[in-house]
Amino acid sequence: MWDYLKLIALGAVAVLAAIAMTQARDLAYMVNAIEIVLVCAIAFLVVLRGLGRPKLANQGEYRDGLIRIGVFLTAMWAIVGFLVGVIVASQLAWPWLNFEFLQGFGNFGRLRPLHTSAVIFAFGGTALITTSFYVVQRTSAVRLWGGGLASFVFWGWQTVILLAATSYVLGGSQSKEYAEPNWHIDILITLVWVAYLAVFAGTIMKRKEPHIYVANWFYLSFIITIAMLHLVNNMAIPVSWFGSQSVQVTSGVQDAMIQWWYGHNAVGFFLTAGFLGMMYYFVPKQAERPVFSYKLSIVHFWALIFLYIWAGPHHLHYTALPDWAGTLGMVFSIILWMPSWGGMINGLMTLSGAWDKLRTDPVIRMMVVSIGFYGMSTFEGPMMSIKAVNSLSHYTDWTIGHVHSGALGWNGMITFGALYFLTPRLWNRAGLYSLKLVSWHFWLATIGIVLYASAMWVTGIMEGLMWREVDANGFLVNAFADTVAAKYPMYVVRALGGILYLTGGLIMAYNLWMTVKAQPAKAAANAHAAIPAE
Amino acid sequence: METYSFLRELADSWGLLAMFVLFLGVVAWVFRPGSRKMQDDAARSIFRNDSRPAEAAKPQAKEA
Repeated sequence: MWDYLKLIALGAVAVLAAIAMTQARDLAYMVNAIEIVLVCAIAFLVVLRGLGRPKLANQGEYRDGLIRIGVFLTAMWAIVGFLVGVIVASQLAWPWLNFEFLQGFGNFGRLRPLHTSAVIFAFGGTALITTSFYVVQRTSAVRLWGGGLASFVFWGWQTVILLAATSYVLGGSQSKEYAEPNWHIDILITLVWVAYLAVFAGTIMKRKEPHIYVANWFYLSFIITIAMLHLVNNMAIPVSWFGSQSVQVTSGVQDAMIQWWYGHNAVGFFLTAGFLGMMYYFVPKQAERPVFSYKLSIVHFWALIFLYIWAGPHHLHYTALPDWAGTLGMVFSIILWMPSWGGMINGLMTLSGAWDKLRTDPVIRMMVVSIGFYGMSTFEGPMMSIKAVNSLSHYTDWTIGHVHSGALGWNGMITFGALYFLTPRLWNRAGLYSLKLVSWHFWLATIGIVLYASAMWVTGIMEGLMWREVDANGFLVNAFADTVAAKYPMYVVRALGGILYLTGGLIMAYNLWMTVKAQPAKAAANAHAAIPAE
Repeated sequence: METYSFLRELADSWGLLAMFVLFLGVVAWVFRPGSRKMQDDAARSIFRNDSRPAEAAKPQAKEA
């Protein structure tokens, strides 16, 4: 019965999308409509093939099938996202790479949102959904709740990625940074996200453990807050049912404030709270020691939640935003330093008494460097939010350097650590294919980040100082083009850093692939064999 | 008083106080006497149920 309803719904959506396709007013919208028809057709066939077969969900096993696919897709999106990053970095250093025949598809303006969304929402988002499904099952000691709903969350999110990516290169964008997807994609994001909340909360509610482990608190806050941010920042009225264009409900400084309330909390809850959930599970697991202080982890959680949501206005210093709002954002950003470092200390000190593992286990090394970069960028961020510092740093490459030390250092490295942890366990392998390759990945990535961040510090501070330099008569000394010319060597170094980081990612993908392909299988774990107690 | 001014004053007076007191309450709750045992147990919960859900680990669970 339920399956027939699914088939009817999928058929209806496909027909509506086909009608929208014929009526489409712009290319991005038309291509999106075609994609929706195809996705619905595939889902229709999958449901149809399963029709009439008994649905067996073995409650005595964890649901790891989706998680295995998620590990694969996370590694794939990592490569794609880093590759587009290297391309846009090269386009900035050598503008002739904006080829004439690619204008309107492959120039910097079209590829830049593709890069940011590919790394944040495709790589980061898939990593978050995958690891949260893994962690919530293990810490709740129950199979994932929701059955087909979990599949909808997983594949729905991949559909969002597909729609957004093709839309961007064809010019579909609502011009909000990190919230570029147009209104029709936003509707799908909302549906997927509500289902995600239901699956995650449903699993927690039927848990067999008395306590909700702290990692789940972080994951849950990430899911709830992103739902709220997404709904408020995407209040828009479509110009037509058959076109990408929409008009924002708010305008002017209100719209700007909502955008950066969204933007900074996307950093705070997507890239921080969600990934802290990873840290609180995978670091203790890999170190084989419980977290340093559970008390500190609870204080860390609530302090972070109470403070982060106010930090957004620091993106709008010296603009039309009222002064008090900017000051408020600045003050909360600085206070935020404390819980951030509390969390960093908690993660690092989890290794106390096991520091020797740093020497022998390159995966732990990766996680420790990740926490180190978390500490570094959560110090740099509050500092840059101070108005006096911001007057120098804003609009310069320093901001880009700051974002990348957080994204490459913290988000990237902790995700690599989680992938290295998950792959042997999910495929029942005795261990990783090669620890030596993990070390290679570690050093390539770390050196890549150092090159990237230091190049951006130099070029950012340099251009900030050049912009404000005045001669004895009060005239500006430098034209904008002078700063662009002066930045060339640093841009080359930045692209080189990106290439090193990408190379590390490729080595990881090879290593994970070989772990599954070539490593001997361990005695099946998530099967019916008896497993000795801890 | 217009809505904007009202909300702004509420936010930086009673709203701020309420949130701060709530946060202090959370901290006090964390450090309440007798919480350590429960917290230690929660911290170690990640080392249980690694390969299968809790019910399956029990010996009486029947598998097909």
